[in-house]
Amino acid sequence: MTWNKIRPYLMISPAILVFSLFFIYPICYMIYLSMHDWNFVSPEKNFVGTANFTNLVSEKEFIEVMQNTFVYTALTVSLTIIIALILAVWLNKSGTIYGFVQGAIFSPHIISLVSISMLWMWLMDTDYGLLNWFLNLFGLPSVPWLTDPSTSLLSLAIVAIWKGIGFNTLIFIAGLQSIPRDIYEAAALDGTNRIRTFIKLTLPMLSPTLFFLTIIGIINSFQVFETISIMTQGGPINSTNTFVYYIYEYGFRFFKIGYASAAGVILLVIISIFTIMYFRLLARRVHYQ
Amino acid sequence: MNTTIPYKLLNGIGILIVVSIFAFPFVWMISTSFKSLGETMIFPPAWLPESLHWENFTAAWNSGPFLTYFKNSIFVSISILILQFLTIIPAAYAFARYQFKGNKFFFALTMITLMIPAQLIFLPVYLQFSAWGLLDTLWALILPFASSAFGIFLLRQSFKQVPEELLEAARLDGASEWKIILKIMIPIAKPVLITFGLFSFITHWNDYFWPLVMTTSDVTRTLPLGIAKLREVEGGVAWHILMAGNMILVIPILIVFFFAQRQIIRAFVYTGIK
Repeated sequence: MTWNKIRPYLMISPAILVFSLFFIYPICYMIYLSMHDWNFVSPEKNFVGTANFTNLVSEKEFIEVMQNTFVYTALTVSLTIIIALILAVWLNKSGTIYGFVQGAIFSPHIISLVSISMLWMWLMDTDYGLLNWFLNLFGLPSVPWLTDPSTSLLSLAIVAIWKGIGFNTLIFIAGLQSIPRDIYEAAALDGTNRIRTFIKLTLPMLSPTLFFLTIIGIINSFQVFETISIMTQGGPINSTNTFVYYIYEYGFRFFKIGYASAAGVILLVIISIFTIMYFRLLARRVHYQ
Repeated sequence: MNTTIPYKLLNGIGILIVVSIFAFPFVWMISTSFKSLGETMIFPPAWLPESLHWENFTAAWNSGPFLTYFKNSIFVSISILILQFLTIIPAAYAFARYQFKGNKFFFALTMITLMIPAQLIFLPVYLQFSAWGLLDTLWALILPFASSAFGIFLLRQSFKQVPEELLEAARLDGASEWKIILKIMIPIAKPVLITFGLFSFITHWNDYFWPLVMTTSDVTRTLPLGIAKLREVEGGVAWHILMAGNMILVIPILIVFFFAQRQIIRAFVYTGIK
């Protein structure tokens, strides 16, 4: 029957239409634009080949943007994972108290980044902020968190770490709980101490989780925008300007569409590499569940 | 082991410190939102306001068309959710249960979409909407998210686990494919649908980036943008008003989180993205 043959296509067509119009086609269009010079208003799009790319990578501002993005990502991902791992090993217990603690550390994850950004701007206020009050309490001098180029990127990383720890901790706890109990009993019988058990046993068993969190951490950090847009606008002196914010500014403030698209294509390549790794892992995780 | 009194005490103090690091900023937000302007400009800070300044909330609410923002936020989040359910359920069913030419190709296309974040394609999508004359409309906020690759991926997994015999029996009884979806598939996949629904709603309720890019006028803007605009008041930042405004955005989510903590954590942890 022909109806049976058409039906599957009808069922997937609305979704496929949305994906084609708003994801697949735009990606192709962005690659096309990256090879053109266009200011958004002019009717002409001049083909310039790879000029946008070569200009981009030789530009001081863009190199700074790349550096900022890499430093931010390295700081955020490594610190989040280390702290979350420690918390997970400690808080991986049952009981009302531990359930409450897990909920509390997770709560920033579901709050809008707008509120998170504003709350931390207030906490990091140089004159009246709670963070500096806390430092002064221990006799330490006030820190100009967001207003000094030497601390601004780190301050944004702190916010991201604070927001991300809960999610990472809960994923680690899920990973810990999937390790079979009897392995530990065997280790206990052998008289292995706790630190050795952790390094020799827990850590290797957690390595898929560790790898998974590293990859999605990197992908997410590369896309950071909201905190920068609200807290620093890329400043002071370009110290917190990162990839997506740069594309946004070049597209919407300077109307250099070709330039912004070329930066987008570079970001696409970087994200694709990590996403392919992520998918390999996701397929494995689902398989195990 | 480890039940000695010093250990318990140390453990308790540790837990208190950890909870404070994550909960105290919110407590500080609440406390600030009830302060007077003067009380936000004392150092060392005042822990609690002398009296509760409820007028901060009305000041924040009246500083812009917040009713419009609020309505837009609700309308956009709910519309996206409904459209997503309408598009992902049949697609996931077709991918899970039918053999058809191009099945692998279209599923690969769906999976490629999953790897493309909004932060990457906003510029070409913006130009597209501009060509269609749909910029600065609610369409531009809803249409790109009318389906979800991630939802299809999740739902396909759970549809696949339904035994084929069950479907065969239903077909023998004369049930149509739509009836099978409604009466068998959806009830079985209900936990996954709820999980996905919570994830989707919270994500789009909180979203700042997409509406920032696609809208320019107050008529189409959503709550997160309205709140972000509170910064731009003349005469410096008024922290008490700002925090009061943010409470409007945060409190609904925290209330939902309080009642559905388990489901929400599952939604975000097992969905794994963001």
